[in-house]
Amino acid sequence: MSGAGPVSGQLAPGAAALSTAVEARGLSLTFETGDGPVEALKGVDLSIARGDFVSFIGPSGCGKTTFLRCIAGLEHPTGGSLEVNGLTPDAARRARAYGYVFQAPALLPWRTIGGNIRLPLEIMGVPKPERMARTGEVLALVGLDGFARKYPWQLSGGMQSRASIARALSFDADLLLMDEPFGALDEIVRDHLNEALLELWARTGKTVCFVTHSIPEAVFLSTRIVVMSPRPGRIADVIESPLGRERPLEIRETPEFLEVARRVREGLRAGHSYDD
Amino acid sequence: MSWLSRTALPVLAVLAAVVALWYAGAVLLNAPWERDQAARAGTEIGLAELVANTMHQDRPVLPAPHQVAAEIWETTAEKRITSKRSLVYHASITLSATLVGFALGVGLGMLLAIGIVHNRAMGLSVMPWVIASQTVPILAVAPMIIVVLYNLGVQGLLAKAAISAYLSFFPVVVAMAKGLRAPDRMALDLMATWNASPAQVFWKLRLPAALPYLFPALKVAISIALVGAIIGELPTGSQGGFGARMLNGSYYGQVLIIWSALIGAACCAAVLVGLIGLIERLVLKAMGGRAWAG
Repeated sequence: MSGAGPVSGQLAPGAAALSTAVEARGLSLTFETGDGPVEALKGVDLSIARGDFVSFIGPSGCGKTTFLRCIAGLEHPTGGSLEVNGLTPDAARRARAYGYVFQAPALLPWRTIGGNIRLPLEIMGVPKPERMARTGEVLALVGLDGFARKYPWQLSGGMQSRASIARALSFDADLLLMDEPFGALDEIVRDHLNEALLELWARTGKTVCFVTHSIPEAVFLSTRIVVMSPRPGRIADVIESPLGRERPLEIRETPEFLEVARRVREGLRAGHSYDD
Repeated sequence: MSWLSRTALPVLAVLAAVVALWYAGAVLLNAPWERDQAARAGTEIGLAELVANTMHQDRPVLPAPHQVAAEIWETTAEKRITSKRSLVYHASITLSATLVGFALGVGLGMLLAIGIVHNRAMGLSVMPWVIASQTVPILAVAPMIIVVLYNLGVQGLLAKAAISAYLSFFPVVVAMAKGLRAPDRMALDLMATWNASPAQVFWKLRLPAALPYLFPALKVAISIALVGAIIGELPTGSQGGFGARMLNGSYYGQVLIIWSALIGAACCAAVLVGLIGLIERLVLKAMGGRAWAG
């Protein structure tokens, strides 16, 4: 395998100098299905700045997950252009430019938490001492120190989510793609993890793309909120959050917060998201 | 205590029931000969005497369990294991063919399953033939396989092992084709985001995920490998092995020899399956302990 060097050195050359992490121009993706073509994405223009926390919100079928998968090179657009760190999504994937967190933790049950976090590092050919060191670092980052030797089933759902985030962070990609990572968790655990995620984002300075269908979650976390609407999947509105980077949970009671939430709701309504 | 009540007691209860049925069967099946003898001698035979006599006939239709036990004791513990009359000697011959055939069958099954999962053409075309291969009555085909292999210069242990392999690859293919496909879309996508090579996906994801499917198949495979080895011994006129022993017993009307070989083979199968169960438990324990896929 390639990539024997230090993981941080695997970024595409010059990527750090770019100010945009993701650049989409007229992006379209049409799936051919048995019932005819489905336009999952149509004419999506979006530029995501380095260090931003961008949430994608919209009803099912609005293409938010599809857009994230396009960035990851897991789906291939049928029109328009998409650059990740100045590369094509496939090249960025090969350069291990991002960590992906799925809806479910998807931890391998036969590996310990530490073993799961080391898995991408093993695949990338990172030497063992560095693997061990990194596992310790990212576990501390998500507040799971001391759990490296536990198996996934020994952890609660929230802890498993943390572990899957730690795994996405382990190879230090500077882009974090998160597809409804907390969707299956209860409200209390979710609040807690949202706080932890903000803290982690502040500490690491990563660019985060976060798919959700919770309005409060999107407003609480993001510097920008991309409101999407379905049939065809497109961007209805992009809202720059006026909230500062310091965000205690109580911020959700403030007028500024409620104002942003109102605008998100309006954007969803304008995109006919409440029609059915 | 819990082991005793959970595992040992049910097994012993079933064993006791089998032995009781066996004795009843021995009385029923051996009684006509006793009545016949009494009629020829012109005497009446009482029920107690009849039952007692059916327990130790020289040539019973169905020997009583203790007769078989005595025969087994005589042909294992009281014979040198190199003797042609030792059941241990015959067991070793059959077992070596079984194990070689099992290894070949498992290897073949794994390779086919890997091909089926990774190659679209194989995935579409191989399975029907794998299934068809098992619809052939092996007892009818075994002599032909032996003859064909003999003409190719393969005989003895390897020829018997070929029949074992022919039977035992089947459950392995079916289970591994299922097990290697067990990882869900998300796990496969994750591997893709890390740009993992197909070999890495196989070793780090597909193979470990398939192991819980593999072990039950191995248990089936090893017991039918034993059956295959015995069948392989029937048409060859081979001098050793459970199959040869059974054939001998049937030539000379020695029902006891057939039954002791049968019981011996059953015990060997139980031990082999038990060994695989033990390995299964050790492996799955090393893979996280909790029953996570079974």
